[in-house]
Amino acid sequence: MSEAWGWYVLILTILSMLACFWLIAYSNRQRNSPEEIAESESHVWDEDVRELNNPLPMWWLWLFIGTLIWAAGYLIYYPGLLAFDGVGGWSQEKQYEEEMAAAEARFAPIFERYASMPVEELVADEQAMGIGRSLFGNYCAQCHGSTAQGAPGFPNLTDDEWLWGGEPAQIEQSILQGRSGIMPALGPSLGGDEQVAAMVDYVQSLQDGQDTASPAHSKYMMLCIACHGPEGKGNPVLGAPNLANDQWLYGSSDDVITRTLMQGRNGVMPAHKDLLGTDRAHILAAYVYSLSQ
Amino acid sequence: MQAESSYNDKVVRQFAIMTVVWGVVGMLVGLVIAAQLIWPGLSFDVPWLTYSRLRPLHTNAVIFAFGGCALFATAYYVVQRTCHTRLAFGRLAAFTFWGWQLVILLAAITLPLGITQSKEYAELEWPIDLLIAVVWVAYGVVFFGTIAKRRIKHIYVANWFYGAFIITVAVLHIFNNLAIPVSLTKSYPIYTGVVDAMMQWWYGHNAVGFFLTAGFLGMMYYFVPKQAGRPIYSYRLSVVHFWALIAIYMWAGPHHLHYTSLPNWAQSLGMVFSLILLAPSWGGMINGIMTLSGAWHKLRTDPIIKFMIVALSFYGMSTFEGPMMSIKTVNALSHYTDWTIGHVHSGALGWVAMMTIGSLYCLIPRLYNKTAMYSTKLIDVHFWTSTIGVVLYAVPMWISGINQGLMWRAFNTDGTLTYAFIETVKFTYPYLGIRLLGGFVFFSGMLVMVYNVWRTIRDVEPEPVAVVQPA
Repeated sequence: MSEAWGWYVLILTILSMLACFWLIAYSNRQRNSPEEIAESESHVWDEDVRELNNPLPMWWLWLFIGTLIWAAGYLIYYPGLLAFDGVGGWSQEKQYEEEMAAAEARFAPIFERYASMPVEELVADEQAMGIGRSLFGNYCAQCHGSTAQGAPGFPNLTDDEWLWGGEPAQIEQSILQGRSGIMPALGPSLGGDEQVAAMVDYVQSLQDGQDTASPAHSKYMMLCIACHGPEGKGNPVLGAPNLANDQWLYGSSDDVITRTLMQGRNGVMPAHKDLLGTDRAHILAAYVYSLSQ
Repeated sequence: MQAESSYNDKVVRQFAIMTVVWGVVGMLVGLVIAAQLIWPGLSFDVPWLTYSRLRPLHTNAVIFAFGGCALFATAYYVVQRTCHTRLAFGRLAAFTFWGWQLVILLAAITLPLGITQSKEYAELEWPIDLLIAVVWVAYGVVFFGTIAKRRIKHIYVANWFYGAFIITVAVLHIFNNLAIPVSLTKSYPIYTGVVDAMMQWWYGHNAVGFFLTAGFLGMMYYFVPKQAGRPIYSYRLSVVHFWALIAIYMWAGPHHLHYTSLPNWAQSLGMVFSLILLAPSWGGMINGIMTLSGAWHKLRTDPIIKFMIVALSFYGMSTFEGPMMSIKTVNALSHYTDWTIGHVHSGALGWVAMMTIGSLYCLIPRLYNKTAMYSTKLIDVHFWTSTIGVVLYAVPMWISGINQGLMWRAFNTDGTLTYAFIETVKFTYPYLGIRLLGGFVFFSGMLVMVYNVWRTIRDVEPEPVAVVQPA
């Protein structure tokens, strides 16, 4: 913003406040003669509506003047006039940075202490697990639920079934860097409705072993095997779910699986490194690990 | 009787009755959304009934339909009585009535359909905004045309407030809604980012300042002395607080954007002027209460006076609470919590609705050649339901809001947050319940009013009232 605007704001503000002072002084002037008062009190509207002309209540006047004086002081100390930043050098950005620095100085040592402890030990540490629970409630519960049991599209973290692996290092990696699990849309490659329906049946029954007699078997071996493996057991390197158990990320109904096949899925776990920092993520990984132990 | 020698009360009657109707409708929608916050299933998975669409319907209905009709009715009544002349431009006045009802109807259709600009209190899309602008300019022409042909030299104070309200709302509405239409139901504002936010709250806060404060102060300045039979306490005070109020309100908007990307200087300036606003706001309260102060004995017999004194008390309380909440450190706690909702409703129900109801009970018999409402007892019942309703509404919201703010910022000795967000939501449930009860009690009083009004006017053929000769 150009300098002229700064002066515009400054001058307009000061003039407005001076105008308030003038308004008070003018209305409260002592030269309100009895004749003037009597004149103003003689007006009558609609038969019986009149106005007295009592003096301004002194307490109210001082309240008004007091807020004006206080305002002047505030605008000298704090930024408020655009052309003048205030003598206090305050800004919300600075306040934020100072408060964050103070918090970091106070709390970082607590987390540092745990940074070198392996996850297996942290799981047994009551304080660490308390911290983990608080972090989980504020960073993870929105998607995974307050009991960590997940929701359609958001994995259950308590069942020891892992899309990306359940080793402490793998969990920590998921938290820090995030994950992106993509199931491509296979609609056209599967053929018509009948073939899709056959594939839905095939996928639903994988937990009982492969139905090699199914017309969908050969398609599976062609289109799905690369990620989900020959027996449908999935692949943690790609985040491909195990299809040969009774746990379903998006649901197991005909409709849901049809949708998954036709339109694909795009599961995203956001990266938390910048939000949490590595030390907090380490404790959180231990907490998540503990949920299925 | 010659047309020019009588008052034009037809348009006043129309607006007065619709005030009652829209009051019931708007508050009913409020009850529905208050219940939805407790039982989200009450939207029945019907898109038109979701909270997100009904909430703007509620705010638009109570502010612009209920409050708006009340302001039209009383401004048209007061300007005729205090100018000792018939309303100017009778057909234009009739147009403002039908035009305003059309605006309300279009709002009631488009908002549930999800057609919105997504600007709070300015959700209506551009074709409706254009209609509002036309109706509003017509309102100004009728009002100031009547002032221009007044038969008394001095313009009564109520008219200053009505006049300021009409002019300013036109300016606010037009500038906040400048947008580029892309279809009949969609437009994009010409402002972007934080400028858009600043325009929005310049508009939003002055909607409070001019629509809900200045306009209703105009109402107060006529109906309080009229009902109490007492002169206004101080002409001088009315001059000071009028000019100070309209000059300072304009600056207060940025306090809605504390600790955002709005530049520091604008935030501070908004806060400073919000605090200076305390005394000018209280000027109106002092003038109203001191006017009533010679008529305390009437509180025993006249529930209309009770409505007015409680309205003025809530006005004083809200205009104290507002500046306090604008202080950055307080705002850091109160912002985004139920405290704001409590604050708004202590103003909206306590001040705006109770002043309107009191004024309507004074006005309606006069519009139908009667000396009083059908039942004074029922006015008293309405007074108590309103008072208890407001208290049951505002108090739990204060408790809930302050606790929400405290829970959001509470942290453990290790620096992690003590409460997950969902725990703070869970905490508010009982208070949301009491709030719903308060809203219901307030609403039930409106039904009593409907009955009382209906019994007052049902078989009356209103006679024209002769213009009073200026004293």
